[in-house]
Amino acid sequence: MAKAKGAIVVDIERCKGCQVCMVNCPTDTIGMAEEVNGKGYHFAYMKNPESCTGCTNCAVVCPDGVITVYRVKQN
Amino acid sequence: MELNKIIKPENLVYKRTPLMTDANLSYCPGCGHGTVHRLIMEVVEEMGIQEDTIAIAPVGCSVLAYDFMDVDCAQAAHGRAPAVATGIKRLWPDKFVFTYQGDGDLAAIGTAETIHACNRGENITIFFVNNGIYGMTGGQMAPTTLEGMKSSTSPYGRNNETMGPPYKITELIAQLQGTYYVTRQAVHKPGPVRKAKKAIRKALEVQRDKKGISFIEFVSNCNSGWKMTPNDSNIWMEENMFPFYPMGDIKVDGELVKSP
Repeated sequence: MAKAKGAIVVDIERCKGCQVCMVNCPTDTIGMAEEVNGKGYHFAYMKNPESCTGCTNCAVVCPDGVITVYRVKQN
Repeated sequence: MELNKIIKPENLVYKRTPLMTDANLSYCPGCGHGTVHRLIMEVVEEMGIQEDTIAIAPVGCSVLAYDFMDVDCAQAAHGRAPAVATGIKRLWPDKFVFTYQGDGDLAAIGTAETIHACNRGENITIFFVNNGIYGMTGGQMAPTTLEGMKSSTSPYGRNNETMGPPYKITELIAQLQGTYYVTRQAVHKPGPVRKAKKAIRKALEVQRDKKGISFIEFVSNCNSGWKMTPNDSNIWMEENMFPFYPMGDIKVDGELVKSP
C-alpha cells in the first residue's frame, strides 16, 4: 500500500505559538519548542518527524500561515 | 526517509499564498482573522482575479487588512463598508468588490448600511467575522454577545432583560429579497476551513456571474477578549457559539434552505 510521507517547515519568526496546529495534527507530529523565537513565542516544530503524513491539516488551520507542507508517496 | 529528501520543491503540497503580504499579522495568537484573510486570498489567487479585486477594510481589529492582503483596498468609516463598496462597484461593475467586517462594525454601528446594501441586492460580497465581542477596543459587549457571556461592559454576563438578546444578523438579512447566497462558516478546524474556502469561492463566483449580494459569516474566536487560550476558546466556541449560531447555508441561489 502506498503510504504518504510528509514534512513541515515552520517559519519560526512568524509563528505565534498558538498551538492550533498542534491539537489539529491527527498524528501527533507537532509539538511546541522549549526555546522561543525573537518575539518570545514557543514556536511549533516537528516533535515526531517520522509520523508526519503531509495531510496539510496544520497548515490550513494556522492563522498566520507559517507552515509549508511537503509530501512524497512511498510504495 | 530523510527530511532533506522530502523537503524539495517538487514535493510541495501547501504553502502560504503570495497574495498575503510579508507584513506580520497584527492579530493575537490563534485569532481566526488570519485564517479568513488567507482563505480569501487563496480563492482570489485560484480565480486569477488579483488585478480586479478591491477590498474594503472596516474599523476594528481587521482595519489593517489593507496591509496584509495584496489587493487594492479602501478603508471605510465605522460600519460604512457596504456603502463604500456600493459606490465602487457601481463605478466599476466588472471589478470584484468585497467588504471584510467584524460584528461590532457590521452588526452594530453599520446595521443600516448592511441591511440596505443587502436589500438593494448590490452585486458585492460581504465577509463577516463574528466573535461576539468588540475585540480591538478591549472586549466590550457587542450585539452578538451571547446571553450570560461576560465582557468588559457586562462583567456579570449579558442580561437579556436589560441589555436585549443577541441577534443573528445573518438570518435577518437572509430574509431580504436582494440577497442571493447567505451562509455561516467557521475556521477553527481543518474540515470547517475547507468548507469555508468553498463558500468563499462560491460567493465570489456569484459576484462574477452578477447574481446579487453574497454574505458569509465566519463564527470565530476572540481568545484575548474572552480571556482564554486559543484552543480553549475554540472549544468554548463549539460548545456555546455554535448552538446559537449554527453552521451551514441559509440561502442558496436566492432560495432559503433553512428556516431560521
